Amino acid sequence: MTARTKKNLARTPLTIFFIGALLTLGGCSSNRFPVLFPGGPVAGTERDLLFIAVALMLIVIVPVFVMVAYFTWHYRASNTRARYMPEWASSMRVEAVMWLVPMAIVGVLSWMVFVYSHTLDPYRPIASKTPPLHVEAISLDWKWVFIYPKQHIATVNELVIPTGRPVSMKLTSDTVMNSFYIPGLVGQIYTMAGMQTRLNMLADKPAHFIGRNTNFSGRDFADQRFAVKAVPAAGFRAWVAQVKKSPKALDAATYGRLVRPGTSDAVTYSAVEPNLFYKVIAKYSPSMMKRIKKNWPADSAALPPKKSFAS
Amino acid sequence: MLGKLTMDALPLYSPVALSGALMEVIVGVAVLGFITWYGKWRYLWSEWLTSVDHKKIGIMYIVLAMVMLLRGFFDAIMMRTQQAIAYNSPGYLPSDHFNQVFTAHGTIMIFFVAMPFLTGLINIVVPQQIGTRDVSFPFLNSLSLALTAAGAALVLASLVVGKFSTAGWSAIAPYSELKYTPGVGVDYWIWAILISGVGTTTTGINFLVTILKRRAPGMTLMRMPLFTWTALVTSVLVVFSFPALTVTAALLALDRYVGMHFFTNGHGGDMMNYANLFWIWGHPEVYIVVLPSFGVFSEVVATFSSKRVFGYHSLVYATAVIGILSFTVWLHHFFTMGEGPAVNIFFGIATMLIGIPTGVKIYDWLMTMYRGRVRLEQPMYWTLGFMVTFVIGGMSGILLAIAPVDYMMHNSVFLVAHFHNMLIPGALFGYFAGYTYWFPKAFGFKLEHKWGKRAVWAWVVGFLLAFMPLYVLGFEGMPRRMAHYATPGWQPWLIVAEVGAVVIAVGIAFQVIQLIVSIRDREALKVTNGDPWDGRTLEWATACPPAHYNFAVIPEVHDIDELAWRKQHGVVESTLAPAEAIVMPDNTSAGMIIGGLSFVLGFAMVWHIWWLAALTGLGILAALVARSSDDHGEHIVGADAERTIEGEFGMEAAE
Repeated sequence: MTARTKKNLARTPLTIFFIGALLTLGGCSSNRFPVLFPGGPVAGTERDLLFIAVALMLIVIVPVFVMVAYFTWHYRASNTRARYMPEWASSMRVEAVMWLVPMAIVGVLSWMVFVYSHTLDPYRPIASKTPPLHVEAISLDWKWVFIYPKQHIATVNELVIPTGRPVSMKLTSDTVMNSFYIPGLVGQIYTMAGMQTRLNMLADKPAHFIGRNTNFSGRDFADQRFAVKAVPAAGFRAWVAQVKKSPKALDAATYGRLVRPGTSDAVTYSAVEPNLFYKVIAKYSPSMMKRIKKNWPADSAALPPKKSFAS
Repeated sequence: MLGKLTMDALPLYSPVALSGALMEVIVGVAVLGFITWYGKWRYLWSEWLTSVDHKKIGIMYIVLAMVMLLRGFFDAIMMRTQQAIAYNSPGYLPSDHFNQVFTAHGTIMIFFVAMPFLTGLINIVVPQQIGTRDVSFPFLNSLSLALTAAGAALVLASLVVGKFSTAGWSAIAPYSELKYTPGVGVDYWIWAILISGVGTTTTGINFLVTILKRRAPGMTLMRMPLFTWTALVTSVLVVFSFPALTVTAALLALDRYVGMHFFTNGHGGDMMNYANLFWIWGHPEVYIVVLPSFGVFSEVVATFSSKRVFGYHSLVYATAVIGILSFTVWLHHFFTMGEGPAVNIFFGIATMLIGIPTGVKIYDWLMTMYRGRVRLEQPMYWTLGFMVTFVIGGMSGILLAIAPVDYMMHNSVFLVAHFHNMLIPGALFGYFAGYTYWFPKAFGFKLEHKWGKRAVWAWVVGFLLAFMPLYVLGFEGMPRRMAHYATPGWQPWLIVAEVGAVVIAVGIAFQVIQLIVSIRDREALKVTNGDPWDGRTLEWATACPPAHYNFAVIPEVHDIDELAWRKQHGVVESTLAPAEAIVMPDNTSAGMIIGGLSFVLGFAMVWHIWWLAALTGLGILAALVARSSDDHGEHIVGADAERTIEGEFGMEAAE
């Protein structure tokens, strides 16, 4: 998801054609189709891959439609003028085409899978001159807690990020398995208790998105969404300053109340229990607890970006 | 005394649940009353339920599948209706009830519609196609049916007594653990899966052995009809994959019943391993349900194009390759777990590779139509409907195989659209093609064609209306399993999907009408010569329906399209002169007894009624021992008896 790949993919005539077609057909807006009109390079490249793959596959699929229609009509039993060869059942040439064309297409697609599974690896930091913003996310029943370790603030169901600056997320769960997803900004990653997963994203321009848990998690699953606001750097600083004035703090007791099943409106906290994210992981994982105790960092963001516990 | 079972288990918590339960009870009582009124219990018991005739077992499997299809479809239309109206409103289903409905829908459609339907077709057709009188283990066959029915009955019982699981048809851990879902729902799911899973595994063993050991002389592997080939590969997949499901469900049961921690949050539990184990079964399962359907299409296309199937070898190899690859792709069900690019690349590419043999199959069928004489009978209608809709699902499947694209589309209704796009055309349309194709084989008369063709149109149009909007909604970022939503843009598409579901309901109504009309007009639709479609394979060489021993003389096989070969060479083997004594197995009630006890065992375990569970467990053991010690399980069909039977089935007319 470097600038190069983005340019390569995002500006292809194909993309322009597809988006043009969609706009003409549906009169759609980017708000309605976040996946097709994304607001960041990660989701953008993911969308482009989708278009290219569709175009490639049409090579084998359009002939199927044509042949079904034509053969059904032309070789209908009542049409005695059509050629009839009841014993014709094999042809090296036809079968070679049949096997080799799909193989070639799958070959090209496999190459795409190979390249872009690496470039779009959610664990891979996004190349940028600006250092990333660190955010820790905890999925609860049925809400999300976001901790900004460097800023020492936290929120519930509201994720504010600066534009043009990569966001590096660590995620875990204090309930069942959830899946963190912001259609229009970044693809999803699971959150699991006792484990940490990672996700990197970048918002190009100021915009509002809706984020969700997509992995079914019980009664109020349908209401488990959060607001994502991408704002310019100055706006982000102003927002942090404003949150700092919030009367509430996310201490252990407050967190204990949050964990109880239920939905929540957006809340901001001017302070946060130190290492809360790691303490939540350690609740489920003794080995993690041992590791943290041995080298308990003053600030959890200072922990080296260790390899995933999920792999 | 009754464990956790109290009056609270009755569905008095919601009027919708109560009316559903009442409806089920009323239909059940009506069927039982009907049988009693006409005094058919003895007939039903001695001619059907205790039968070990593979054809009758097959018919019972399909009856089970169709009954469960109605229930599963009812769930589907309830969900579509809920989502069509639940914009900024709770709709008419409380979330807890909605969650049960989607769980029941998936569980029923996979385990109790697709599995019994394909098993029924295989039962009816495969022994006749390979020229044998019975399967290798006739009693096991009856037992498999009883166990499958017991599992289905448990799911049905959960509607009336207690609640069903809310954890989705795959019982996702750790949500399915006691801590998050303490009720009996997941236990109903576990016992339905464990009991029916044993039945499916034994079916797999049975047909694997039958196909390998009981083929008529001359039928080499490469002369087997393609439906038999797909049945063989499906049986192999069943034998290798179903134990994984059984173990997974058993481990989940250990977690829930004795406090172990295989998949729990914490205490060393690993929910990732649940996903891993479940899908090690789950992905081969997709091909277990789809391959037999592909086999039907191969038979149907060749027969109704009046032509040899094109690329027989390609089709055989494609089937085998799909079978092997199906074990190498399970991880694409959780690309989003953070395994890293190397793992995702391997499983992504393996998934795409399956697209190649599948595409080849479609082209082989098209090339079979090429320069043929295409007769547009009902089975061919289903096949054409399949081809034009299935390729769309193939395309969306390849898209989901690209891991970065899957990050966007996973867990969305795009995914829901994709797998319905595979399973409705790919599996169900194939079963319906097989149902209309072999119906005369089983009952001696054809299904009325006008209502049949109307049903195909309704299903195809309804399918497109119901699922194409879900693809669009995927692009709008709509997750699956939403009981309600607040995004205005989703509602129009969900209303279109609701209309599609209604059109499918019309298609199902047409199928019911078709069956009634066909039974009414059975004399006019009667098949007199045993070969209503100008068939090409052995099953059409005998009467419709055949004698219970299928073949008086075991045929000698010369060609893939044996019957077509015989017609061409003017070979008519006398079916009236028995060369040897025909030994056939006796009916037995052991299968039904064990099936019934298994149902009670499952029910007792769900409600923690330990004494009853122990009692039924011992009963099952006793029945198995008694059955195994019974040495008199066969009878000889005498030459005279045989002539009478042949006469009864109108064989003279065929001569």
